[in-house]
Amino acid sequence: MQDTLHHTAFNVEKVRADFPILKVLVNNKPLVYFDNGATAQKPTQVIDAIAKYYYEENSNIHRGVHTLSQKATTHYENARAAVQKHLNAADANEIIFTRGTTESINLVAHCFGKLCIERGDEIVVSEMEHHSNILPWQLLCEEKGAVLKVIPLTDNGELNLAEYKKLLSAKTKLVAVTHVSNTLGVINDIKEIVAAAKQKNIAVLLDGAQAIPHMAVDVQDIDCDFYCFSGHKIYAPTGIGVLYAKAKWVEKFGPYQSGGGTIKTVSFTKTVYADGPLKFEAGTPNVEGAIGLAAALHYINEIGLDVVAAYENELMQYTTEKLKQLPNVKIYGDVPHKAAVISFNVNNAHPFDVGTILDKQGVAVRTGHHCAQPLMQHYNIPGTIRVSFGFYNTKQEIDIFISALEKAIKMLA
Amino acid sequence: MSIAEVEQEIVEEFDLFADDWEQKYEHLIELGKSLPLIDPKYKTDDHIIKGCQSKVWLHSEIVNGKIIYTADSDAIITKGMVALMIRVLSNQKPDDILNANLGFIDAIDLKEHLSPTRANGLVSMIKQMKLDALALKGKI
Repeated sequence: MQDTLHHTAFNVEKVRADFPILKVLVNNKPLVYFDNGATAQKPTQVIDAIAKYYYEENSNIHRGVHTLSQKATTHYENARAAVQKHLNAADANEIIFTRGTTESINLVAHCFGKLCIERGDEIVVSEMEHHSNILPWQLLCEEKGAVLKVIPLTDNGELNLAEYKKLLSAKTKLVAVTHVSNTLGVINDIKEIVAAAKQKNIAVLLDGAQAIPHMAVDVQDIDCDFYCFSGHKIYAPTGIGVLYAKAKWVEKFGPYQSGGGTIKTVSFTKTVYADGPLKFEAGTPNVEGAIGLAAALHYINEIGLDVVAAYENELMQYTTEKLKQLPNVKIYGDVPHKAAVISFNVNNAHPFDVGTILDKQGVAVRTGHHCAQPLMQHYNIPGTIRVSFGFYNTKQEIDIFISALEKAIKMLA
Repeated sequence: MSIAEVEQEIVEEFDLFADDWEQKYEHLIELGKSLPLIDPKYKTDDHIIKGCQSKVWLHSEIVNGKIIYTADSDAIITKGMVALMIRVLSNQKPDDILNANLGFIDAIDLKEHLSPTRANGLVSMIKQMKLDALALKGKI
């Protein structure tokens, strides 16, 4: 079989050797891990960076004058600088470490809500959002008597931007949409979304959880107010995430949670909070997570996000073609601009059944509603089967997946 | 047959497929297809047991001091598991149902379907079957 991947400047076998978990057997079969949209596996370089921190450098940051504390502080702040560089943010003070995308969004909902949302104001989300980018806004709207507006989808699973523009009004205070749909993989035209909002002086938050592992992101070029992502989806550990917030917001926002590390001075009558991101990072932060994230960003940048995007796109095209050859398979969101995610269903088979039989054959996919129940309601289905790729996946694995799927279809017929 | 006897029967039946997941799941799918249908009037939200992914509908009644269960699911593998649970627990006395430990699920190596993460509603279904047995016991 001719391997069309040879022309890319990317050695997948070399990369695979960096991921120890890919050698694990599942149900006595080599693991085919196609659930990268849920979380990505970690390369040795990331695991080692975390281990090194605990073996040699563990100490609390921003507090001690002793050598280890200063070392840990330097690594933590270097990690912030690495994220700044990765996102091309104007200043490292615009990078706030959180537990993940969900906390990043909650932080903005809390602080922006307090500062800017009043009764009758409107917040715009879309029909394809992950629950994490719906619920914080829904709660905020309930609390403030504000109104949640929803950008509808077109029939092919893209955001209806004409309808979006009609939703923007003098009452609209914030637009919160995903960069890439976690369920469909559809890449939204975020520059157009931001431009339309900016014309009316409306702030924009982008959920970058599914975009960040697959493409270069330049927050200054996008010109969004907030960009959120999770470390664990970009080959870094769980429990670390990022909120990029434009400097003016970092300055204007009050604290999110308060506690140690967030202050300049404290007294019982008056507390002065720290400037910059420390104001939002109460308590001892996830230092190992930040270090792991920096190692992961370094790792992926060594490969090059353009190379990653091109390779993953080949995997996706290959899979899409193979899926389309199977009878009774329906792909959701089958559009040209997608990022490493394919959602589909098999006629008359419940996604849970298909997922169970794939698992028995060592193929890990995600089934269900993908924390996007409104999207499932749009299609009137209980869920989908989602395959999502990382750069360590191969065409050979896709062939294994397709034959496993053929078996599932046969068994469930 | 007692609950323990039915469990033993199922364990022996599944022994045939001990090392063959494919045959085991084909059997489970067949069991699912053979599950007597629940009366459509009971396929309502009142009777639904929600898993994260697949749904189970369960109806319980008491006839001559024994609990009769009927159920359905929208996923066929879940339905196969439901069929096994009904085979074991239906037409039994409430006290026997309440005391059943259902070790057969472990013995036939389908325990993974009872982990809360399987999201198929089976754990909740077993709980509901026992709760119904307890409630109906009071009506004897």
